[in-house]
Amino acid sequence: MKIVVCIKQVPDTAHVRLDPETHTLKREGVESIINPFDLFALEAALQLREQAGGEITALTMGPPQAAEVIKEAIGYGVDEGLLLSDRAFAGADTWATTAALAAAIEAMEGVDLIICGKQAVDGDTAQVGPGIAQRLELPQVAFVKAFTEVAADKLVVERQMDDGYDVVALPLPGLVTVVREVGEPRPPSLKGKMRAKKYEVPVKGAADLGLAEDQVGLAGSYTQVVKVFAPQASGEQRMLEGSAEQTGAQVVDLLVDNQVIVVGS
Amino acid sequence: MDYFFTEEQEMIRDLCRQIAEERIKPVRAELDEKEEFPHEIMKALAQADLFQIIIPEQYGGLGGGCLENCIAVEELSRACCGCSTSYAASFLGAYPILLYGSEEQKEKYLPLIGSGEQLCAFALTESASGSDAGSIQTEAQKDGDSYVLNGSKQWITNGGEAGIYTVVAITDRSKGARGASAFILEEGDEGFEVSKKEKKLGIRASTTAELVFNNCRIPADRLLGREGLGFVVAMRTFDKSRPGVGAQAVGLAAGALDEAAAFARVRKQFGKPIITFQAVGHMLANMATRIEASRALVYAVARYIDSGAKDFSKVSAMAKVFPTDMAMDAATDAVQIMGGHGYMREYPVEKMMRDAKILQIYEGTNQIQRNVIGQELNKEYGRKK
Repeated sequence: MKIVVCIKQVPDTAHVRLDPETHTLKREGVESIINPFDLFALEAALQLREQAGGEITALTMGPPQAAEVIKEAIGYGVDEGLLLSDRAFAGADTWATTAALAAAIEAMEGVDLIICGKQAVDGDTAQVGPGIAQRLELPQVAFVKAFTEVAADKLVVERQMDDGYDVVALPLPGLVTVVREVGEPRPPSLKGKMRAKKYEVPVKGAADLGLAEDQVGLAGSYTQVVKVFAPQASGEQRMLEGSAEQTGAQVVDLLVDNQVIVVGS
Repeated sequence: MDYFFTEEQEMIRDLCRQIAEERIKPVRAELDEKEEFPHEIMKALAQADLFQIIIPEQYGGLGGGCLENCIAVEELSRACCGCSTSYAASFLGAYPILLYGSEEQKEKYLPLIGSGEQLCAFALTESASGSDAGSIQTEAQKDGDSYVLNGSKQWITNGGEAGIYTVVAITDRSKGARGASAFILEEGDEGFEVSKKEKKLGIRASTTAELVFNNCRIPADRLLGREGLGFVVAMRTFDKSRPGVGAQAVGLAAGALDEAAAFARVRKQFGKPIITFQAVGHMLANMATRIEASRALVYAVARYIDSGAKDFSKVSAMAKVFPTDMAMDAATDAVQIMGGHGYMREYPVEKMMRDAKILQIYEGTNQIQRNVIGQELNKEYGRKK
């Protein structure tokens, strides 16, 4: 099985602060890591390779230093990596990002399965995975928590839902995004880390992928981030005290009285 | 301190530290409380290639030596000696195959051990045969193309969890210590059973069990080396493994210092953090100094062994006896510094104190280590006349 895992380098959000003046992310001095959800995608790929054999390629788009996450992925045991890096890619929204990623996957030929984390912790859009599938006209299942059947031309997966899970058959080639229930990411391996030290990450730009400059990056984006800000707490605040039963009843009363919930018709 | 590790050695240290912090620390108290074998942690260590470190490259391993083993074991022991014992015991069982196995035996067993697919165990001790290893009763009788084993082994680490066992048994009682031989046993060999799982003071995540051989018939090609080499196999194995016990002690003591020093900085009495009191500060200073001295000794001996030294029983014994006595003191002092908190199971140092005791006992008691050192001194100074 030929698997592509899409990963993203993100700031370690556990340590990111907002600048109180500008309301923008203070990225200086913040360590970059693999998007934590993408580690589950890597783990899923490694499990599938153990089961069905094959080859895994880790794919990312980002500035030159994003080669670090590809090396890290090699440390976890993937076979190859590819970094999409080009000034033209800068400022890409999810639409322009999927243009580049989809083109790179198409160029690899014969990819059976694309695995993404359910979302990235910096943008939180959860759009890139489904976007790639759409561009490649592939079937996709988001929020996969388990792979129950693995065949050359078909997967049966469990899709996590709010009220349980769905069992879905996915013909291959196809795309899944995975959630943490897919399995705790294994530690990197010594042999993988040694290979990563020496591994030269292949890099491709827009021209290599046959993409015009207006298809990618800021020029190829339909959305723009106008402003990032921390929402301010506003309005009346009240602290209710008492037992859970008492305060619960009070909350219901407040919601009804203030017509947040409208009871009856 | 910088001990000038190679890049590869630093990788081993960092990876073990990561696994210790992320996977062992959060579960160590529960594993101890439930006396539960750390299957998940062994799996993670296998995935990280850490069972490969002493396996030669031609069998798929990383070709490391005693120092690599010590680095790994120290880091794991800093979090939990029960887990590190389960890990290190697999190498204890593997050393006889590494040192005396035939090419066929190495090809068959070392890749299984290195991949972590099977754990390994070493079986010498019996109910009536501890330090006096010459008094073992388990027998192996040659019968055509096979050996038939009868007897039992006691307190075998990884017993019941391992798939591969190296077992020492008597093949010719008339020859005394020269009548023992070492064999490879496999889980599932007919007539080989694992019976009682023991309850212990410490290292309770590690499994200790009794092995019973009841007309257990194994192919003759399971013999390690040749007949009569059993004790040599055992002694050379211990020579290699002892610095690893020293490394466990260094790790355990460093873990105890981590807890005690952090506690002493935040615990206030008489309006001040207790670390500012000389009585406490000096205890911590002694711990830190003796840990560093032990670490330097363990690394130096491990490097000496890896350099291809031939005769290293004496220094190998030193690298066990000094750090393990130190660790018992350090863990006891950590409990003392933390007072009532230290005595409670809510904090990890009482477990460290219970775990430390075994280090002075297993793989040759510290009294036996001193015997080894004393005998070597007697030989050395005898030659000097």
